[in-house]
Amino acid sequence: MNLLKGPSARTAAGFAGSAVLLFALAPLLLSDFRLGLLAKYLCIAMVAVGVCLAWGRGGLLTLGQGVFFGLGGYAMAMHLKIADAGPGNLPDFMQLYGTATELPWWWQPFANPLFALAATVLLPMAVAALLGSFIFRRRVKGAYFAILSQALAAAFAIWLIGQQATTGGTNGLTDIQGFFGYDLDDPVNQRMVYFIIAAALLLLIALARQLIHSRYGELLVAVRDSEERVRFLGYDPANVKLVAYVVAAGMAGLAGALFVPAVGIISPALIGIVPSIEFVIGAAVGGRASLVGAVLGAVAVAWAKTALSEEFPGAWTYFQGLLFIVALAFLPGGLASLAGIVRRRRAAAEKKAAVIPVGEAA
Amino acid sequence: MTVILGQTFTGISIGAVLLLIALGLSLTFGQMNVINMAHGEFIMAGAYTTYVLQKSIAGAGISLLVALPVAFLVSGALGALLEWLLIRRLYLRPLDTLLVTWGVSLMLQQLARDVFGAPNVQTRAPDILTGNITLIGGDDPLTVANSRLFILGLAVAAVVVLSLTLRLTPLGRRIRAVVQNRDLAEVSGISTSTVDRTAFFIGSGLAGVAGVALTLVGPIGPTMGTNVIIDAFLVIVVGGIGQLKGTVIVAFVLGVLQSVLEYSTTVSVAKVLVLVGIVAFLQWRPQGLYTLRTRSLV
Repeated sequence: MNLLKGPSARTAAGFAGSAVLLFALAPLLLSDFRLGLLAKYLCIAMVAVGVCLAWGRGGLLTLGQGVFFGLGGYAMAMHLKIADAGPGNLPDFMQLYGTATELPWWWQPFANPLFALAATVLLPMAVAALLGSFIFRRRVKGAYFAILSQALAAAFAIWLIGQQATTGGTNGLTDIQGFFGYDLDDPVNQRMVYFIIAAALLLLIALARQLIHSRYGELLVAVRDSEERVRFLGYDPANVKLVAYVVAAGMAGLAGALFVPAVGIISPALIGIVPSIEFVIGAAVGGRASLVGAVLGAVAVAWAKTALSEEFPGAWTYFQGLLFIVALAFLPGGLASLAGIVRRRRAAAEKKAAVIPVGEAA
Repeated sequence: MTVILGQTFTGISIGAVLLLIALGLSLTFGQMNVINMAHGEFIMAGAYTTYVLQKSIAGAGISLLVALPVAFLVSGALGALLEWLLIRRLYLRPLDTLLVTWGVSLMLQQLARDVFGAPNVQTRAPDILTGNITLIGGDDPLTVANSRLFILGLAVAAVVVLSLTLRLTPLGRRIRAVVQNRDLAEVSGISTSTVDRTAFFIGSGLAGVAGVALTLVGPIGPTMGTNVIIDAFLVIVVGGIGQLKGTVIVAFVLGVLQSVLEYSTTVSVAKVLVLVGIVAFLQWRPQGLYTLRTRSLV
């Protein structure tokens, strides 16, 4: 159980409980359709794990996670489209426009499954490393970092839409049939995809937990709370932040890659400004600094979105706005902090009750 | 040659729109360090105000003139209300203001959708602003839309009025005092909370004026704020905190850059290139073009 060191008994129990819930109860109790939806929510939760690390722990409000989610998603989707088309053929949407006679050069490496799989995680990490090193080294931080990351999301989505002939433009890459030789229409294979996603989520949570409870995790919180003091101690805060940002990007990339077989589509609308902020909302509502809070918050908010926006699309928007306002203005620790607040209140009340008789006795 | 001049002038007019949008932000973000994502929706409020006024007042010219002060008041009141309800609780947590005001912006967008409908609406420009002026005649003429010139004039006027207000009036002195040293301003007898709200009123009101200007160049819709707000934030980031000078220069530079790049590549590639340019620029001047010099470490 080296992986789960720390206050280990409770953590191990938590992991075992989540594993039972995800791998046994959910597939038993949910219909194939609901399980597919859950797979989608778990992908969003994977992004939230990274958000918890970068924002909750490191104070890096990244509003551009959609970019990394998209890079992972597109890397996976490009490979699956090439594989669907079969050797020598062009993906269907390219044939439709008729402009391309062969695969664009930057598509060609994605024909290789190993390259594509590695790219889903490494590509976002590389982009984050490049951008992060530029930004953090020059001590651009706080709101400026948030705005730049958001501008990146906007620019990426606009760029994708502009390259209609090679990226599918507004439609994105749609109608993905197979997943490494398995037919995605088959419910059995859909179930397998769900299990892969659930396993990946647990793995990412374990990884993030390990990071948070390591010496690095403490350094990250120290940088968030007082960057200058960490600098005076001889560390380079830029590197500390960079690691969190890059890891969060890799997590979002993996999430995007697994989102594609679960949902069968990736498009600019899934990765622009609005979805990028939505990746943050779940973590904020659940509790940005708590892994469990961020993950549960992400799943809950994604579920609420489906449930509410099916019935009342307008009401969902008001509700989403209110969620943001209430969670951040009045409960900055998110729902995860609620238990602590209640516990403290109760403890204070008990203390008061215990003190009064003593006072009377005196 | 006229192609280059034409692109440059298009860039200047893009810059004028950017400047109008960023001007209010330079007060609320640059001076007060509040990232108001609902600023875009205050622009939208100004645009819809113009639309409503034109529906109720006959005559596009008069309604436009009436719309300028009314939109300023409407958006300014919205801003002051937002400050009073939410932002004053969050001055110590600037990043959270970003997300909280984004929640507000979502709700305002939906409100606009419910009140005015999801499709875009259009206003009629006054006759005097519909034509073109020929700057260079001949075989290869360079013409400029009157409405663009009007926006340029409006932007210049807004900058002049705002900078004179900040520099010369007692209110401006109080705002600058609060920005430079909040505690010292408070002990000097300045009510910082009143100053905060007033600055927010003015900044948001300027968003309303920008909204009026935007009705001349594009349709009015619930998402119009989102489309422009990020560019405006970038202007402030590059221009430097609390410096009108930086905002003005950067708005025009980015406008021209965008326009020239669009001409030589495509709109989408130009957006990406501008962003790359901004990140590169921040390597050179991380604090922005101009910055208020202090001795603080951060």
